[in-house]
Formats: sequence, structure tokens, C-alpha cells
Amino acid sequence: MSSYQCDSCGYTFNEVDGDPREGFPSGTDWDDVPDDWACPDCGVREKIDFVVLDEAG
Amino acid sequence: MTSVAPETSTSEEAWTDRKRYLWLFGLLIPTFPFLGGGLASLTGWNGFWYIGPVLILVVIPLIDLSTGLDRSNPPDDLIKSLEEDKYYRWVTFLYLPLQYAALIWACWLWSGDSLSLAAEIGLALTVGTVAGVGINTAHELGHKRESVERWLAKIALAQSFYGHFYIEHNRGHHVKVATPEDPASARMGESLYMFLPRTIGGSVRSAWRLEQPRFKRRNQSHWSLRNDVLNAWLMSIVLWTALVIFFGPQILPFLILQAFVGIVLLETVNYLEHYGLLRQRTQTGRWERVIPAHSWNSNNIATNVLLYHLQRHSDHHANPTRRYQALRDDQEAPVLPTGYAGMIVLALFPPLWRRVMDPRVLNHYDNDVTLANIQPNKRDKILETYGTADQQSVSS
Repeated sequence: MSSYQCDSCGYTFNEVDGDPREGFPSGTDWDDVPDDWACPDCGVREKIDFVVLDEAG
Repeated sequence: MTSVAPETSTSEEAWTDRKRYLWLFGLLIPTFPFLGGGLASLTGWNGFWYIGPVLILVVIPLIDLSTGLDRSNPPDDLIKSLEEDKYYRWVTFLYLPLQYAALIWACWLWSGDSLSLAAEIGLALTVGTVAGVGINTAHELGHKRESVERWLAKIALAQSFYGHFYIEHNRGHHVKVATPEDPASARMGESLYMFLPRTIGGSVRSAWRLEQPRFKRRNQSHWSLRNDVLNAWLMSIVLWTALVIFFGPQILPFLILQAFVGIVLLETVNYLEHYGLLRQRTQTGRWERVIPAHSWNSNNIATNVLLYHLQRHSDHHANPTRRYQALRDDQEAPVLPTGYAGMIVLALFPPLWRRVMDPRVLNHYDNDVTLANIQPNKRDKILETYGTADQQSVSS
């Protein structure tokens, strides 16, 4: 399980928790998040701009 | 950063926030109705009920024109501590009780028969000014991660029935800003009066669409109270219904007029924030990242203090969650000839607006007007006027 961070505001999506408000229940695979999904906190960056934080599970 | 602790303390000694207590002036705005009413009853002159629009459209622009610019920026290493200083958020929170006290008092006045029609209209315009600036307060609150601030944002928007702004602004406008796809980014050649229906209608549609995917992903209906557009509108319905039950249906014209004035005030500010500015397409077909060049800025201090640094708009779009007290002036950003308040007045007169602003847009793009966000039905005329008709035409 990995975490992905918005390089603009620091919002972090991790696959363990998902983001239920955004419609991504816990355990949502990052691959299942659409490419044009924008950062829910700042809207400045989209999924494909997010950076991987860690690969450890 | 922990490694630079000594340097941080040096900066703290060297830099103090000179605007710290000036931010309290923003709380004067929701007192306008009381101030106007007080002066009207003291002097017997009903003109004082119009104090809201007069201060915003006349007095504040004059203060902006007569006082200097404020370019002071907090040092990088103090931004975090400045943002964490809770004093600044209390300044914004306090707008709400004053805003609602003014609204309720105005409903009570409107429902009685002590005011003449001219006074009632002035009161509605002044309360509308409070509602419009209240949308700006909601804007500051709605960008924050803390749920209490997000809730307060919706409460501040309830008065003007503009709760969908919380969704549209954060998830729509900030993503699509300075592109032809954004209803809230004005185009070169687009007058304020063309822009207002496009942004007001477009924002409702955009907000409604933006809320749907997150429900669809979980196979749930978006007709839910968890839909932030619906729950925000419900808040307005509850508020307005309660006021009508309490003060009578005769206050409905007042409620509608003040909301209309508030919405128009807010959307007029939207008009001038990105007029003509355009993000270019990258090679992959995406819009380029938002940079300071995509927002108009101003360092006029009166409007900046009253609107929580809204005019440091480039830094706001680069860092939307950054708190107002920490927003910085950006040297690379395009600058308006005066503060937002004065520019609102200019926007009311489209030929004057275009005479002042179109050359600035052109100058911003080094005379290549094809790089600007142009109103489609004015495109040929604008290309012709600015002598670039022979250059490549960018379809938008």
C-alpha cells in the first residue's frame, strides 16, 4: 500500500484509508483514481502530478 | 524546519506584522447597516441608509488612491507560525455574528413601517454589501482544511443563497481558472454585464456537476444531504423560511434584493481577478500549471485589509489553503491600476474598463493578443484592433 501527496499543498492520499468523502472507500487502489481527479484541498494539482511518498506497506 | 531555529528567532525579532490589528477593520463592514441607521436617525437624512455602497464604491477607492502601496511580505520561515496564530482566524469568525445581527435587525426594520421606501432600499443595498463581503469571508474560511471553518463558510453563504460557491470555487474555479472553461474567469472583450449571467448561471451548473462523481463512484444517489450543494441550499431555505415566519412575507423582497446585491458584488470582484488572462496548453494538451501571471493583483492597502488580502490573488491561486495573513505579494504578477474597490467602479462602465484594461492585457502578453483569453464573439474584432490578425488564431 502506498501514499501519494499533492506537491502543491501536501494533501496525502493513502490507499489504506482512501478518501471516503471523495467516493474512494478505504482500500481504494491508486490506479482506480481517475487521472483528472483534482486535489480535494487545493485544486491546483491533479492525480498525475501527485508524488509517491512510500512503497512500504 | 527544525535545523534553522536560530534564524527563525532572528526573523521574528526583525519582522512584525504591521497589519495585525488593521485586519479588525474588516469587521467594520457588517456594522455598516447599524452605522447608517444611527446616522440617519441622528440627522434625519435617509441618504445614510446607502452607506454600504457609498463606502465600497466611493470612499474606499478614494482611500486606495490616496494611500501608498503595501508590499510587505512575511519572511518564508515565519509563514507557518503566522498561519498558526489563532488570532487571525478569530478575526474572520467574528464577521459572522455581526453579519447575522445586521441581517436580523434589517428584517425587523423592513417588516415595520418606520422606514420610507427610499430608506428601505438603501438598507437592502447596505445589507447586500455586507452579504457580498460575507461571501469573501466565506471564501477565506472555505479554503481551509479544518471542518469548523468549512462549516462557518457555508453559514456565511446562507444569507446570500450562494452556498454552492463553496464547491464551485474550490473544486471548479481553482482547477479551471484562466481558461475558457471557467465560468468565473472573465474574457478580454467581455463586459461585466455579459460576464454576470455567464458566471452566475455557470457556477450553479458547475457546482451541481462537480458534486456528482464522488457519489457515482460509490453507486450512491447525489440527491443526498451529504451533497454539499444541497445541504448549503437547505441552510438558506431554513434561514429564509425562519425569517419570513418571524417577520412576515413582506421581507421577501428585502431578502431577494440583498442577496442579489451580495452576489453581484462578489461576481464583479471575480470579473476583475482574471480578466483576459489565459493559461496556455502544454504539449500533452493539459492547461499549464497556474502561475502568478494568471491573476490580477493589487497592493492597495485599504481594499487588502477589508478583503483579507484577496488582492494578493496570485499567491492565493498558487497556495489556495494558505491563510490570508500569510499571503505574499508576487513581483511577477500583473498589477491592476488601483485596488479592487476602485476597479469595481470601472467595471460598471464597460467602455472605460476596456480602455484601461485591454492595453494592460496586451502589454502583459508582450503585444501578442492571441495569448489572451478572448471573448469568442469579439475575437475577430480584437485581433483586428491589436494588429495581430495575421498571426496564428488560437481556437478556444
